[in-house]
Amino acid sequence: MLKKKSKFRQTLIAYAFMAPALILLILFVFVPIIGSLPLAFFDYSVMGDTKFIGLDNFKKLFSDSQFKIAIINSVTFVLVVPPIQILSILLAVLVNRKLPGISFFRVLFYIPVVTSMVAVSIIWGFLFDPNGLINSLLMDWGWIKEPLGFLNSSSTAMLCIMFITIWQGLGYYMMLYLAGLQSMPAELEEAALVDGANKFISFVKIKIPLLKPYIWFCSLNSVISAVGVFDVVFVLTSGGPDNATMVINYYSYFKAFNDYEFGYSAAVGLVFAVITTILSIGLFVYGKKGGGMTYNA
Amino acid sequence: MLDKKRKKLVKKFFYIFLIYCLLLLIAVICAGPFCWMFSASFKSGQNIYSTSLFFKNPTLANYIGVINFMSLPKYFFNTVFITAGAILIDVIFASLCAYPLALMDFPGKKIIFGSLIASMIIPAAAGLVIIYMIVTKLHLINTFAGVIIPSSLTVFSIILLNQAYLGVPKELMDAAKIDGAGDLKIWRKIMLPSIKPAISTIVIFDFIAHWNNFLWPIIILQDPQKYPIATALKYLSGQFNYKFGYVAAGTIISIIPVIIVFLAFQKNYIEAVTGAVKG
Repeated sequence: MLKKKSKFRQTLIAYAFMAPALILLILFVFVPIIGSLPLAFFDYSVMGDTKFIGLDNFKKLFSDSQFKIAIINSVTFVLVVPPIQILSILLAVLVNRKLPGISFFRVLFYIPVVTSMVAVSIIWGFLFDPNGLINSLLMDWGWIKEPLGFLNSSSTAMLCIMFITIWQGLGYYMMLYLAGLQSMPAELEEAALVDGANKFISFVKIKIPLLKPYIWFCSLNSVISAVGVFDVVFVLTSGGPDNATMVINYYSYFKAFNDYEFGYSAAVGLVFAVITTILSIGLFVYGKKGGGMTYNA
Repeated sequence: MLDKKRKKLVKKFFYIFLIYCLLLLIAVICAGPFCWMFSASFKSGQNIYSTSLFFKNPTLANYIGVINFMSLPKYFFNTVFITAGAILIDVIFASLCAYPLALMDFPGKKIIFGSLIASMIIPAAAGLVIIYMIVTKLHLINTFAGVIIPSSLTVFSIILLNQAYLGVPKELMDAAKIDGAGDLKIWRKIMLPSIKPAISTIVIFDFIAHWNNFLWPIIILQDPQKYPIATALKYLSGQFNYKFGYVAAGTIISIIPVIIVFLAFQKNYIEAVTGAVKG
């Protein structure tokens, strides 16, 4: 009897401690996740009535040419950016040595990661401007005669967005790979060198396999963020010019807060969410199964 | 013999020289844009687009202009208020919530844990839309509360603090219980001081995230006077495009606090970032 009472008391205390957080989580985390699903089946806009329209939003997706462009752009983005981001390993190898001033360089390479996307985009926007530094330099060196409108041209805008994304992520992935390299016992490489392997062979045969969990983590991470690329598009190009940088996540936002088609936006978002969820579950399951990796971020 | 040694030394020296050249090149790519913006913010109207990093007549006119005309101090204050509010909510609510999750047994614990993990994996397809609808229902549109509250508490913080509580020696808590301390007192006097390192990690993460956040404030705030600095910068860079010097100065002012915090806490911060993968 007494035990039961004290258990009840403890439950009460536990929930009292959690109550403020649970209220916020329910309102702003769980309801948005769960509510997204039904919203995609409604014709819900700020103006006009809300009504259930079944699969109409999804049917509309298939005939929506702008949506098709967004999918193609996102797929291109995912195929280009994450593979290049793997090259951060080389940067990690470069800074993984004891040289005077090396930690200064590491910190310097990381600065783009912590600065806001707005600031970064404004800076690159000016650098890519027809009157900007890059055009001036290219003209000074005689490589081009006319200034290029990097961000105003539909053939180069996406390349600029990709470049800025890679540039900003460089330091982040470098730090992760560096942590991986530093977690390796130094004796391993020494033993290989004594056995006559050169540095390159020891890197390929010993370090790369040991880095595998890091490569997995970083690659899935960069794929997930590539699927969801948004900020840089929002600030620099708004999907333009001529839909050249229209990506799926931005399209979902655009449909909601520009055209106020909330239901349709949710349907677009659902496509995005399903892709991301599958990738995240891959990441999570792999982490749980070991592979020497724990995922807690 | 000696010659061979010298050759080896020269080779090594050359190798190190090459590495520094590479490091410098990458440093120019990573930090060069910031340096260029920094130097541009001290240039006057005429030669602002000039390619040279060095300036003949450095001027503070852009900084004075951006502070007077663009009411930058106001945006700065808004950002401090929003960032501080969000950090406070996150730290207090998350540390309260993680305490029973880590150290008590109660029905429903597994479900709560499961939903926390699930929410980190499954993105909200129409998250912005639904949160916007909820904020509208709560009559918090165009208020600081509407900006702060929805994005303040993160599941990441709860999980991180849960981990931290588990690392506190059990004896500490048992001793306090024998002394007859209640849970609230144990939490405040014993647990909270013991998880300070984890809390400081959360503060740094939150600071950088909220200082840089621009999207949610654009959606919630209709009055640009309430914008935090990143949002204001986005808004002003559109309006004052021709005043490049002002935008440059505003950009520099906006990133300085984040860089200072990062430099001051880089060890702690980078440990937390790389702690996500454990080899």
